[in-house]
Amino acid sequence: MEKIPQGTYVEITKEVLPKGERAPQVPSDTQNTPLLLKVKGFLQTPSIVGEEVEIKTVLGRKITGVLTNPNPRYTHDFGDVVPQLFKVRESIKNFMKSGDGHGQ
Amino acid sequence: MDNSYQGVMARKNEIMKKAIGIDYSQFQLTPLAFDYEKMMAYGGYTIEKIREIQKEQGVGNTPLYELKNITKLVRKLSPKGKGARIFLKDEGANPSGSFKARRAAISVYHAKKNGYKGVVAATSGNYGAAVASQAAMQNLDCIIIQEAFDSKGVYQPEIMEKGRACEAYGSEVLQLSVGPELFYVFLRTLEETGYFNASLYTPFGIAGIETLGIELAEQIMERTGRKPDKVVVTHAGGGNLTGTARGLKKAGCEETEIIGASIDLEGLHMASDGDFNRKSFTTGHTGFGVPFATWPDRADVPKNAARPLRYMDRYVTVTQGEAFYVTEMLAILEGLERGPAGNTSLAAAIPLAMEMDEDQIIVVQETEYTGAGKHLNAQLSFAIKNGIDVYLGEPRESVPGKSIVLPEHPRQLSVKEYSLDRLRATYLKNIKQNFDINSFTEIDWQFLQAELNTSLDNIKKLLSGKE
Repeated sequence: MEKIPQGTYVEITKEVLPKGERAPQVPSDTQNTPLLLKVKGFLQTPSIVGEEVEIKTVLGRKITGVLTNPNPRYTHDFGDVVPQLFKVRESIKNFMKSGDGHGQ
Repeated sequence: MDNSYQGVMARKNEIMKKAIGIDYSQFQLTPLAFDYEKMMAYGGYTIEKIREIQKEQGVGNTPLYELKNITKLVRKLSPKGKGARIFLKDEGANPSGSFKARRAAISVYHAKKNGYKGVVAATSGNYGAAVASQAAMQNLDCIIIQEAFDSKGVYQPEIMEKGRACEAYGSEVLQLSVGPELFYVFLRTLEETGYFNASLYTPFGIAGIETLGIELAEQIMERTGRKPDKVVVTHAGGGNLTGTARGLKKAGCEETEIIGASIDLEGLHMASDGDFNRKSFTTGHTGFGVPFATWPDRADVPKNAARPLRYMDRYVTVTQGEAFYVTEMLAILEGLERGPAGNTSLAAAIPLAMEMDEDQIIVVQETEYTGAGKHLNAQLSFAIKNGIDVYLGEPRESVPGKSIVLPEHPRQLSVKEYSLDRLRATYLKNIKQNFDINSFTEIDWQFLQAELNTSLDNIKKLLSGKE
């Protein structure tokens, strides 16, 4: 696998609390998962995905974790078309166009 | 140093003291009671001083819109002579896009004045973007800690958007999987950096919102010549309601009814990995609204300055479907595209306006920005992908985590009352678990009357469990 060059902006993942060492008050589904941390920064040495690496964050802090995502992008958007919303829109518009009658 | 969960939690008080710099013991009167007004005056942040700081940071002075078309819609649904005028305070116009800029402006100012090099805030919401934006303006470093994704690595789209905004303002963003141990990471970050805890709940943070209440009162009086009859506030952690109500009182609106409104998410567990991505609202919901009203000191400071039961006259809930519905309505009838969570109070205001006379005034006190991820289309589409049944019908039939029901007709918008005595009884149950009520003095009972905004008789009745 090709190494990702030093200085690349990457995301790392770090296990903060392992399964079984979670806070006592968390429900069982959460108890059965580790507490994970993801943070982005600049890669300090050429590395491959899956390796333990060190990054320097935008504030210059050094954090170690597993390299999970080189050049991470934001993947959120406006979603797929939601047909139900067109029906909502139509019902509001139709109501505004209909006769005045109080309490109708 | 012991960095295990228990080890760090054991150092909590010591870490917090350094990170906030307030000795809260100076306000304490008895093990339970403390001098709330003395705490609110901490740091000399008078309302004039706060207005000056906010003006300097470009915060506040947001527009007030009269929602004329929605008022028309309400009057078509109301009996003759009913249907109040609805106004909306466009807090989305703040830098960072929400009223949270008001709190952040003062927190960051305070941090800078006291020599801190940076600020840390634990928040998945608009407050993160607000602190990040203010830190950029005031030249401080900023770290935002978010609960952001579930164990499958799936991000709530709204939280991903807020993380993006924080990064755009130059902050470091620590994103965590689901769980209250975010607080543990928060404490460790404060300890490692020596930065200021820009908590949502410091006295000056809450005092920063008082300007919202004052501006709102001034704008309504200027536009209409009368005081607002009702103000509806989206209620989550309690700061928005507390600050706004205090501001309204300072502006002479003692009679204005303060109504808290939350999205009903009953049945979903806020610390559950499985429930995390089954909700479409990450704030403004009962999952924060109820626990924070009934036990304010669960916050990340020793004494929470947000104490909503002192000021709330009525508490109502609406459904996720209704909040989405009015978000669409605000866009197509008023030409205002704003984020769904801030529209919780609009969803409540529409049915509330129907109960009121035509010459009366109801104010929706807040909006927030919208965009990729924090948009009704993004949220509904994400819900459908997560197996939530989204359909048109009777909104009250919806089950949080299972279905979202969009109204078929505006007449289906309604509010569900949440009894204040029910909240007070839960508050008192928490008090009984944490304090010895048999040793309470006159000072404690007076404190409880102020905390719960009710009579001693009612408190005694609620404590005896008879309603």
